[in-house]
Amino acid sequence: MTKNLRVKTSKFIDETYRISFKFNGKLYYGFKGDTLASALLANNVHLVGRSFKYHRPRGIMTAGSEEPNAIVQLHNNTSRTEPNVRATEIEIYEGLEASSQNCWPSVSFDIGGINNILSPLLPAGFYYKTFMWPASFWEKYEYFIRKSAGLGKSPTVPDPDIYEHRYIHCDVLVIGAGISGIMAAKTAAKNGLRTLLIEEKSYLGGSTIYQNSDHFKINNQTSGSWLEKEINEIKKIKNLEIKTRTSVAAYHGYNFLLARENLTDHLPIEKKENKTRHRLLKIRAKKVITATGSLERPLIFDNNDRPGILLSSAIKKYADLFGVSCGEKNIFFTNNDSAYETAISLIQKGINVKAIIDNREEIESKLIYEVEKNNVEVYKGYTVTNTFGYRRINKISIMQLSKDGQKVIGSKKELSCDCLGISGGWTPAVHLFTQSGGKLKFREEDQVFIPNTYSSDQLSVGACNGDFTIDLILSNVTKSLKHFFNLKHIEYENTEVLSSFNKSKRNIWLLPSDKILGKTKSFVDYQNDATAKDIKLALREGFKSIEHVKRYTTTGMGTDQGKLGNMHALGIISETAEAKMGELGTTTFRPPYTPLTFGTLVGRNVGEYFDIFRKTPIHEWHVENNAEFENVGQWKRAWYYPKNNEDMHQAVQRESKAARESVGILDASTLGKIDIQGTDASEFLNRVYTNAWSKLNIGKCRYGLMLNEDGMVYDDGVTTRLGENHYIMTTTTGGAANVLSKLEDYLQTEWPELDVYLTSVTDHFATVSVCGPNSKKIITNVIPDLDLSDKSFPHMSFKNAKIGNIHCRVMRISFTGEHSYEINVQANYGRSVWEKCMEAGKDFNITPYGTETMHLLRAEKGFIIVGQDTDATMTPIDLQMDWIVSKKKYDFIGKRSLYRSDTMREDRKQLVGLLTENPNEVLEEGAQIVADINKSPIEMLGHVTSSYFSPNLNKSIALGVVRGGKNMMGKKLIIPMEKKKINVIVTDPVFLDKENKRLNA
Amino acid sequence: MFLINCPFCGEREQSEFKAGGEAHIIRPKQPSELSDDQWAEYLFMRKNIKGVQFERWNHIHGCRKWFNIVRDTSNDEIKAVYKMGEKPPVG
Ligand SMILES: [Zn+2]
Repeated sequence: MTKNLRVKTSKFIDETYRISFKFNGKLYYGFKGDTLASALLANNVHLVGRSFKYHRPRGIMTAGSEEPNAIVQLHNNTSRTEPNVRATEIEIYEGLEASSQNCWPSVSFDIGGINNILSPLLPAGFYYKTFMWPASFWEKYEYFIRKSAGLGKSPTVPDPDIYEHRYIHCDVLVIGAGISGIMAAKTAAKNGLRTLLIEEKSYLGGSTIYQNSDHFKINNQTSGSWLEKEINEIKKIKNLEIKTRTSVAAYHGYNFLLARENLTDHLPIEKKENKTRHRLLKIRAKKVITATGSLERPLIFDNNDRPGILLSSAIKKYADLFGVSCGEKNIFFTNNDSAYETAISLIQKGINVKAIIDNREEIESKLIYEVEKNNVEVYKGYTVTNTFGYRRINKISIMQLSKDGQKVIGSKKELSCDCLGISGGWTPAVHLFTQSGGKLKFREEDQVFIPNTYSSDQLSVGACNGDFTIDLILSNVTKSLKHFFNLKHIEYENTEVLSSFNKSKRNIWLLPSDKILGKTKSFVDYQNDATAKDIKLALREGFKSIEHVKRYTTTGMGTDQGKLGNMHALGIISETAEAKMGELGTTTFRPPYTPLTFGTLVGRNVGEYFDIFRKTPIHEWHVENNAEFENVGQWKRAWYYPKNNEDMHQAVQRESKAARESVGILDASTLGKIDIQGTDASEFLNRVYTNAWSKLNIGKCRYGLMLNEDGMVYDDGVTTRLGENHYIMTTTTGGAANVLSKLEDYLQTEWPELDVYLTSVTDHFATVSVCGPNSKKIITNVIPDLDLSDKSFPHMSFKNAKIGNIHCRVMRISFTGEHSYEINVQANYGRSVWEKCMEAGKDFNITPYGTETMHLLRAEKGFIIVGQDTDATMTPIDLQMDWIVSKKKYDFIGKRSLYRSDTMREDRKQLVGLLTENPNEVLEEGAQIVADINKSPIEMLGHVTSSYFSPNLNKSIALGVVRGGKNMMGKKLIIPMEKKKINVIVTDPVFLDKENKRLNA
Repeated sequence: MFLINCPFCGEREQSEFKAGGEAHIIRPKQPSELSDDQWAEYLFMRKNIKGVQFERWNHIHGCRKWFNIVRDTSNDEIKAVYKMGEKPPVG
């Protein structure tokens, strides 16, 4: 039934601006300033969702980000759909469509509700225990569990919104713009500090701003109007930046914080277009003041979760701020004065308050007196023992508490109601403080954890520091700000404050009932349906640590991280296990404080901006010539150049044949290049490579293998001696940065006495590699002055040359086994040299080839690729590259490790060639290699590392690593595949031109 | 994310640096004279302390220099920063 529960006009709501929205398909109206929750309550809608495990009907419980129940899905089945949105936070806008989560088929009739009846079968650890049942059992349940559980649906189409990141550096960051935060921000800014004030709500002033009671006064004005003036003042301060709708998600060490600024979520859909939706603020602050306030605690009693049961402070906020009454027959249940504050607010607005049930027995306060004066019955020393009503609370039963609060006594009374406000006192919001590394202490008198020691230059003030009333806030915040900023004077020093709040509280973590505990449902974590009974069961089953109890019962593991009930869970554990609260410690509050969207985290790094990539100077030519690209490290490398609808295989076969039969051309600019200079350069190379370098003549090149200290192959490449004290080293494309870093490490930390300087010059040169029997003709044409005779310019040598006026370095080196040259030229000339070579090669069918053909050609020659044929467990000996390991050198990086008992084992995995029995069968890279397929379990001997169909040999070839493979030449092994097994013969890894005749052809 | 005071560049974000493991482990001058066990001790054994730890860091996206820091791993407080070859200024 729809009713209008709007009471007196609120100045925070614009009643001239009506907004329509849909909830579960039904049209409702609210006003500008409403949250979805306040608008629903104004329409008398309490039932908004179902609980996670038992699918119990649940209503709006709070008015803030701690909401456990009113979690909705926005704009279902659209690109802007979003799950897990708290109805208490989202502001309504024209066209908003929200629907309940966690209910199937609908919120009023829910199949999962049957779990509520079956609940004796769903104890703590239900899901863990389910997994331990026979697997077949699980399969039957899975469909229903998946269908009826889960929190919302993720979008299935790309997010249309824009997100961005911003860095902010400030002197002082103040988190929270309640009364304490306003005082802190004003003090900081007035003292000339660059200040940023962040508030998660759309308005400033926290819960004080709507405080309009004669019981709470500052300088003779109501605390609300006093604060309003303060806010108007700070808005004028130039060095104070204020951000509302911005919530701090994470507080890391060294005052580094992440916050999410929400820019468009409250706007009508058409106004969201083309605007930044969320901005992730990365804040580095010199000082941080947390003024995050406190969260009201619920009370734990039987059936404390029905729709219509709200926190007392939420009822006050709905009435005072939104002008909405949560019920027409209100009852409060409390252990402190807070509920009376709410009752007075309601009475002022003419809303019926029937009764207040107070745990405290002998208690007097001005607030209680005023409530009683208004004919509200106050039951002192009573507790609620049960509640009734399925879709909405309609009745409670109450009984008197025993002196020790452990039992109920006397006779039971029943009271009808349609709304129950509960208050268990306050919990300081210390989440961000603990995230930053701060340590808490336990305050016995009112059973709260408060900040104790800070890990950075920061301060907690106000309710999050345990000061819950305005008299304490004014005096303590003033004192601590004065000290924090080292001030002689602070304006709040002589403020007059009146507070009628009596600070007494009777804390009972789990309230007694006339039923035995096993028959009650007293919810501690509403979102995850963890009850007091579950926690006690976990303790009985032997769980002791709070972190274990949390995981076993799932208490505090929902999207709200148990903001409401964690303290009660601790309290119940402490009472049951007879351990002190302060010694139990709390569970860890992990970032984010409230959930963040992926869009916010990713910012602008989407699509082509997802990751940075590097292009060679010749990149555009490859694009223009139809190349397909592959990612190698951060580089985009031409992979193959398909012609006339060729697939990759066809293109690679053509390119490979052309390179061996005439001439191929490769862009090798991505290879890492390190310029090495200094009088000890030769000695340095001697120490970092496995082979000898001191006798390399100027103008000569040498291949080198670099190991880690553990003897495993790390990188390889050709290094050229350019001058007496000058070398240029090439590294693998992916390894360049790490090699440089490793070399710097040895140079700076182990061998600082060596006179050697390293400079990365990878990006400074473009490298064009021309290979094949006709390569010489191309180079002659492009660089006519260069003497290319074998005598003057043999394999593994280098010459400086000029193309026109442009200086270039030419190396005669080969990674394919063909006669080939590499031209290195200053990067900007790369494309022009490439095009000159293409022009010169026209008559020779010069064929550009990509990385795939390069890999195939080198595999024909049995050359390894570090990272493909090796992982971090292969020594040079394993690779059958003993020839490159100097026996004479006293030491080099990794040498000692080659003589460890483990690296000398004969049965290590060793690199071998593999030929399939059927020469047309190409193996899959990564396939496992076995000898005996009938053995159980089958013993895995190794795997295939490289595999191709060689057009030059006209058969399939592969490299692989096999346990003891060196001694298996000619042996038959088996590659078991899903549907077949393939026979292979172990061979030498060099398949083509074992005598290296082609190099000098 | 902490701030590290590079002894060559000054205070910079942690993301500019690369951690290089435990400090003050000297590469043996004569590895071939060590037993397998002695070599393994150098190669593999590293402390992992909750508390004050001596670490190597590299300003990899800055001056590329290696240096040492003294860090309390329990709260990430950096107690000192000093150059390679220097003695730790605090114990
Ligand atoms: Zn630096």
